[in-house]
Amino acid sequence: MALEHIDDSEVDIVIAALQSDLTSFLNAWRPLFSRFHLIIVQDPDLKGELKIPQGFDHRVYTKSDIDQVIGPTTSIVFSGYSCRYFGYLVSRKKYIISVDDDCLPAKDNDGNLTNAVSQHLANLTTPATPFFFNTLYDPFREGADFVRGYPFSLRSGVDCALSCGLWLNLADYDAPTQALKPEHRNLHYVDAVMTVPAGTLMPISGINIAFNRALVGPALFPGLKLTGEGKLRWETIEDIWCGMCVKVICDHLSIGVKTGLPYVFRSDKGNPIESLKKEWEGVKKMEEIIPFFQSVRLPRTVTTAEDCLLEMAKSVKDRLGGTDPLFARAAEAMVEWVKIWKAAGASHSTLGV
Amino acid sequence: MDYKKVTENATPEETAAMPRGIPLLKDELDIVIPTIRNLDFLEMWRPFFEPYHLIIVQDGDPSKTINVPDGFDYELYNRNDINRILGPKASCISFKDSACRCFGYMVSKKKYIFTIDDDCFVGKDPSGKPINALEQHIKNILSPSTPFFFNTLYDPFREGADFVRGYPFSLREGVPTAVSHGLWLNIPDYDAPTQLVKPRERNTRYVDMVLTIPKGTLFPMCGMNLAFDRHLIGPAMYFGLMGDGQPIGRYDDMWAGWCTKVICDHLNLGVKTGLPYIFHSKASNPFVNLKKEYKGIFWQEDIIPFFQAVTLPKECTTVQECYIELSKQVKEKLSKVDPYFDKLADAMVTWIEAWDELNPAGAAVANGKA
Repeated sequence: MALEHIDDSEVDIVIAALQSDLTSFLNAWRPLFSRFHLIIVQDPDLKGELKIPQGFDHRVYTKSDIDQVIGPTTSIVFSGYSCRYFGYLVSRKKYIISVDDDCLPAKDNDGNLTNAVSQHLANLTTPATPFFFNTLYDPFREGADFVRGYPFSLRSGVDCALSCGLWLNLADYDAPTQALKPEHRNLHYVDAVMTVPAGTLMPISGINIAFNRALVGPALFPGLKLTGEGKLRWETIEDIWCGMCVKVICDHLSIGVKTGLPYVFRSDKGNPIESLKKEWEGVKKMEEIIPFFQSVRLPRTVTTAEDCLLEMAKSVKDRLGGTDPLFARAAEAMVEWVKIWKAAGASHSTLGV
Repeated sequence: MDYKKVTENATPEETAAMPRGIPLLKDELDIVIPTIRNLDFLEMWRPFFEPYHLIIVQDGDPSKTINVPDGFDYELYNRNDINRILGPKASCISFKDSACRCFGYMVSKKKYIFTIDDDCFVGKDPSGKPINALEQHIKNILSPSTPFFFNTLYDPFREGADFVRGYPFSLREGVPTAVSHGLWLNIPDYDAPTQLVKPRERNTRYVDMVLTIPKGTLFPMCGMNLAFDRHLIGPAMYFGLMGDGQPIGRYDDMWAGWCTKVICDHLNLGVKTGLPYIFHSKASNPFVNLKKEYKGIFWQEDIIPFFQAVTLPKECTTVQECYIELSKQVKEKLSKVDPYFDKLADAMVTWIEAWDELNPAGAAVANGKA
């Protein structure tokens, strides 16, 4: 149950269209999405016009819109899943919810359709508790509370900036894992939301995510593009890279990241064995960046999401840029992104707004 | 039946009807139970507990006879036994508080301990099946933990789960699991103020997950439904000075949990929480609890920052070394909060001395008898 009432006009739903025909996708989400404004960003590599069913308040952004706003020269490429960041950029709302276009509403253990939108918003509008782990998980959920031994001074919590949802059916595994168990599907609906503790690293998947744009907007950015990046999630790690940076920034700003509910139902797509070649690069890159993320610290004087991202970019350039041009490019992209964000007149991201 | 809500415990008949596999770790695990009243609750658990050896620590009046149901293999210690076995060192074991259970950990000769309160019954999962809590604890403890990176699908070693995309392969081996912290349906483990404000709240949400508590993160460890590897972390499981003659109660397991977590983090051992659930049948009196916890509520505001800031030197490579070092820092930094911590720091040292005396390195002995 949310502590504050949210108006529908405070929410944008951002969809990256990697397929042209969004009819069945949007019809499946209609009961949950139709109240809100949709920002649909067409993958610049996708030719032709998108097919969108009637009855949605929406706006489609295509390659030409992106070129117009961003400009022709940039180290950022908005292709594939990264095109959704353009949607985050042009939104003017406080809350953004984003799901991949191959995801459908999920059913809970009772067989009832769950409301991913209201769950994400509930996560974002109740405090997060990153400084001490509550063994009954999110204490702000109905029927739960802080347990014995939880310090009272930490019970007011902090603002929640990010809500990371999960996936039934096709879980967000990497290609090697899925290839090893090709029939494996995630049937496990775990009825929990929890705050990921401060100082803890995690892989933040972009498949089913929501965030408080006012708090942390610019920190979600397109940065790390693999040489062989593809159009299947297990051929990318751009969201993982972005998510690691966002988590460091949230920890620094003492704002929270929640994980767990809501689930979406992720449709079967692609062949993990074929993707193995491409995604192997991503797996290797993850190994290189772990020591960096475990030790990166931001200066205390840095207090906005934009400035945090600039500091992260500096650290990435200094400590990782020399080892691999991929990271040097990522650092450039991060700096470029902050410029773009400021230039696009995006609302400021200081805390308390 | 409403799949989501779990509102009743399993009856002995339902539990007995469960198909029984081979009892895992039968000769390597002791069940430690503190009690002051009786052990009737064991009838609820018989099918699951009967194969195992019990260590019963009788608190309170030692002249009282505790009735143990037939068929259980057990050793029982009352206060007289504790005094006899530890001599002057018995001062570190609490009296008139379930904290005395840690004596059971000390005298055990096994590798694993499962401890449970005598008001905990067999719970049911949402399908109505009785939960074999001990079996789940064993699964948790025998599979690795993953404290260095959070897996969004929780324990990757559980059937039906795995590491998610982005989880570094170099961290997928995990580390040994030292502690398995279980949860409670029905009466939740709330503190007194919360109990007073929400006297009717019951935990009916069965969350089907186990997860590793990340390194560097503290948590409130409840001793009601807990298992641990004695060889890996045993000496850290000191439940402090509580009860009779002490200014505080209901912080025994909390204290042990904070010390244990800090040491586990230092030694790269894992702590898991989540399943299994037990059914907590009895709510203690919140007014009595408030009196016991009262000081703790204020003190924990100093205790927590202390534990969050604690660092242990690289040279501390055994649990005992870590624990002694911790006791020094408690004395140095928490004594100013209250002289109690000075006493507690001394008791921590006494505990380690007693532990080492009863557990000389290299000794492996069969079950002791009181």
